[in-house]
Amino acid sequence: MTVQTPNGFTLDNAGQRIVVDPVTRIEGHLRIEVNVDDSNIIRNAVSTGTMWRGLEVILKGRDPRDAWAFTQRICGVCTGTHALTSVRAVEDALDIQIPENANTIRNLMQLALQVHDHIVHFYHLHALDWVDVVSSLSADPRATSELAQSISAWPKSSPGYFRDLQARLKTFVESGQLGLFRNGYWGHPAYKLPPEANLMAVAHYLEALDFQKEIKKIHTVFGGKNPHPNWLVGGVPCPINVSDTGAVGAINIERLNLVKRIIDESRQFSEQVYLPDLKAIASFYKDWGFGGGLSSQNVLSYGDIPDHANDYSAANLMLPRGAIINGDLSTVHEVDQRDSEEIQEFVSHSWYSYDDENRGLHPWDGVTEPNFDLGPNFKGTKTKIEQLDENAKYSWIKSPRWKGHAMEVGPLARYIIGYAQNNPEFKEPTEKLLSELDLPVSALFSTLGRTAARGLECVWAADKMDYFYNKLISNIRNGDLATANTERWDPSTWPSDVKGVGFTEAPRGALGHWIHIKDGRIENYQAVVPTTWNAGPRDNEGNIGAYEASLLDTPMADPEQPLEILRTIHSFDPCLACSTHVMSPEGEPLSDVKVR
Amino acid sequence: MSSPETFYDVFRQQGISRRSFNKFCSLTAASLGLGPSFAPRIAHAMETKRRTPVIWMNGLECTCCSESFIRSGHPLVSDVVLSMLSLDYSHVLMAAAGHQAEAALEETRTQHAGEYILAVEGNPPLNEDGMFCIVGGRPFLEQLKEMAAGAKAIVAWGSCASNGCVQAAKPNPTQATPIHKVIRDKPIIKVPGCPPIAEVMTGVLTYILTFDRLPPLDRLGRPEMFYGQRIHDKCYRRPHFDAGQFAEEWDDENSRKGYCLYKMGCRGPTTYNACSTVRWNEGVSFPIQSGHGCIGCSEENFWDNGPFYDRLAEVQTPLGVEANADKIGLTAAGVIGAGVAAHAAVSALTRVRNPNSGE
Repeated sequence: MTVQTPNGFTLDNAGQRIVVDPVTRIEGHLRIEVNVDDSNIIRNAVSTGTMWRGLEVILKGRDPRDAWAFTQRICGVCTGTHALTSVRAVEDALDIQIPENANTIRNLMQLALQVHDHIVHFYHLHALDWVDVVSSLSADPRATSELAQSISAWPKSSPGYFRDLQARLKTFVESGQLGLFRNGYWGHPAYKLPPEANLMAVAHYLEALDFQKEIKKIHTVFGGKNPHPNWLVGGVPCPINVSDTGAVGAINIERLNLVKRIIDESRQFSEQVYLPDLKAIASFYKDWGFGGGLSSQNVLSYGDIPDHANDYSAANLMLPRGAIINGDLSTVHEVDQRDSEEIQEFVSHSWYSYDDENRGLHPWDGVTEPNFDLGPNFKGTKTKIEQLDENAKYSWIKSPRWKGHAMEVGPLARYIIGYAQNNPEFKEPTEKLLSELDLPVSALFSTLGRTAARGLECVWAADKMDYFYNKLISNIRNGDLATANTERWDPSTWPSDVKGVGFTEAPRGALGHWIHIKDGRIENYQAVVPTTWNAGPRDNEGNIGAYEASLLDTPMADPEQPLEILRTIHSFDPCLACSTHVMSPEGEPLSDVKVR
Repeated sequence: MSSPETFYDVFRQQGISRRSFNKFCSLTAASLGLGPSFAPRIAHAMETKRRTPVIWMNGLECTCCSESFIRSGHPLVSDVVLSMLSLDYSHVLMAAAGHQAEAALEETRTQHAGEYILAVEGNPPLNEDGMFCIVGGRPFLEQLKEMAAGAKAIVAWGSCASNGCVQAAKPNPTQATPIHKVIRDKPIIKVPGCPPIAEVMTGVLTYILTFDRLPPLDRLGRPEMFYGQRIHDKCYRRPHFDAGQFAEEWDDENSRKGYCLYKMGCRGPTTYNACSTVRWNEGVSFPIQSGHGCIGCSEENFWDNGPFYDRLAEVQTPLGVEANADKIGLTAAGVIGAGVAAHAAVSALTRVRNPNSGE
């Protein structure tokens, strides 16, 4: 049956149904179903979040100063961003001003997350969609060296280096124990890289695996550990002491030197490995222009990285803020997270119940009551699902909408908005990359565009770490050591009934937390996360979400081997533990969820 | 098929000398508390073994355990996955998806029954027939039980698998359940923490691979070598605790001097973990070193023992009597009374010098 969605897509579920479950190389649990036509082109797509944990129910009644620790456990991949969003929400509710150093240190931690997350995503979660590991065994190490040296000054590029690596890979493959690479799609016709580019990419896969652990040491310096560093409402927990007795127990010059070394290495790796690899790989996939989905129409970013403390206005945020709708890049709309008419979540196709499922609810007014109802037409049994029915409820993810529009969020959204705002930090690198690849601006709206924006942003974030490092040094030099404001630490100083909102740009996109504090306790907590925006199901009017839209019209070489589906879904960097959440403003216990 | 790659092969390929290899084995023996006579046994094991298949499954979790695992500095995780074990299934890292991923799981289950290690990150929810966590259209719980049946050993990564962790905090809406409550017929090594320390994770696996036996476990199922002592027992700020020197407020003078964080809610005195010894991210720091108290993330029900900033009511003092921090401080004050007065003056002076502090 052919359906026209209100947001402009044509769906046809007549052809063969392909199920990919589990989608791997992601965070959490995701299922994708598509229908392909006789030519194996995707004509219908169904995105299903397949896990639910209920963290916001668990937060009810707890101390708001603890909320960051709970919400940080929403996701261990984008670790830190939920905690930062949470302390901002509490500070907003309680009108707490943080010291300049705390803002700077938080930015350093958030930027370190961006750099780390983007590198790990590109090499370890996404690269194998473009890179054929087995093909690399037939590469000529000398030619690989020439290729590597032609695109970058990165020193690990000698013929001997690639020869040794290749020998190691051969031993690995010949052992018959392929481990992580077992049952991969090696030899698939959608792989286009020559063996030498594959070998270079596999070398960098392993180098990135060894390097990524360095980046997060910035979290360890300021937050004591990673994953899941420590944060603080009112500032940061690490005191600064550079000169006096006890300096060794605080942020001191040795700690700062470590941070500086990691920043320098992060910049070098981003510029000399990640970006050149991205360009080299993209140059072989220029004619694979699929996967644009919503990106050419509706994109959203809250903005992040406040230059100065306590100012979350667009002018003070270094990452772009705003919304573009209907593909009109000439207008970037203002976004207000407090306006009950702007951001709303719908559940008509999600496994939750509302009193009126034709209406969306703003996060401060949201309701979540789980309702695992598969509808009358799904195939299989309740505990052995063969095929979901997208006309019924089919996901543990809700459908968030901005003024009724399905939106795409993430690095590509940020770059499109920055481009539309003529912000040179985003527009110039984008134009340079496009011109080097000899591609038009329209090429941005694609799977490849999403992947490219992430790489550009990694370089940007590494540079900004340097900016904030220098800012921290300069502030300390001027005698400002303050890292926390404790004026409103004691709950007896709080108003009895307040609401707040905190937001960040997580690596995967716009993230917001909405909190209601009553009599010193959390009355109500709600998170609307990037993967909810991107992976959410259809809404009550039938608008499809970003994942679903991105898969349409993509040809599959072999429907039994879903490489093209993985390629496009991975370009969003899915984070499913983030996206599946719940809140209950009435406070009804959900421990008696119906067990059928 | 040529001979399988062993640990030693890896070292050789990386240009590491036999001498360095032997040194590595000695250090490994030392770090595991085994004494130098074990070094040759480690070397022998690393030279000859075929890689053990490891199945890494994910239930309800946040993937912080996988993220921590890849932070391992010794061994490097690239060596772990290429050369030390065969990671045949991992949602986070494996190339295959969907049917091909499920097939990899099935192949290991049938072809390597009794040989593979099952590593579990996260836990199964029991409510809604297990459908709060679905993998391949089925409850994660079913898949977990199937894979547990053929495993030679099971590792419970992190606090989710070991204790339930955050989704099992009250009111535990999904009835998230630690794995030892659904798998009762196998030894389970619990490696709690949210997440566990990277080198503790790779250390536990390497121990099993190297000595071909499970590490000694305490009564709660945790490896004694890493969870045998409290963070407080080995905390470098312990002398400040014993001297009654405490941070009283965030970013106060005492915090800047690195005094004990007990009054800020630190759970170090009741938390069994290796944070104050192994430390985090190749020894860079641990929570207390970076100014925040321990939240007790490797302890059962730590989420429901909050708020995190409320101090523990009672702790064991060095004299073996129960006392709270104020009493300890009072006793110590008699000895260092003059110091306290001077210290208060310095604090006041610093506040004047730094008008921005606290803003």
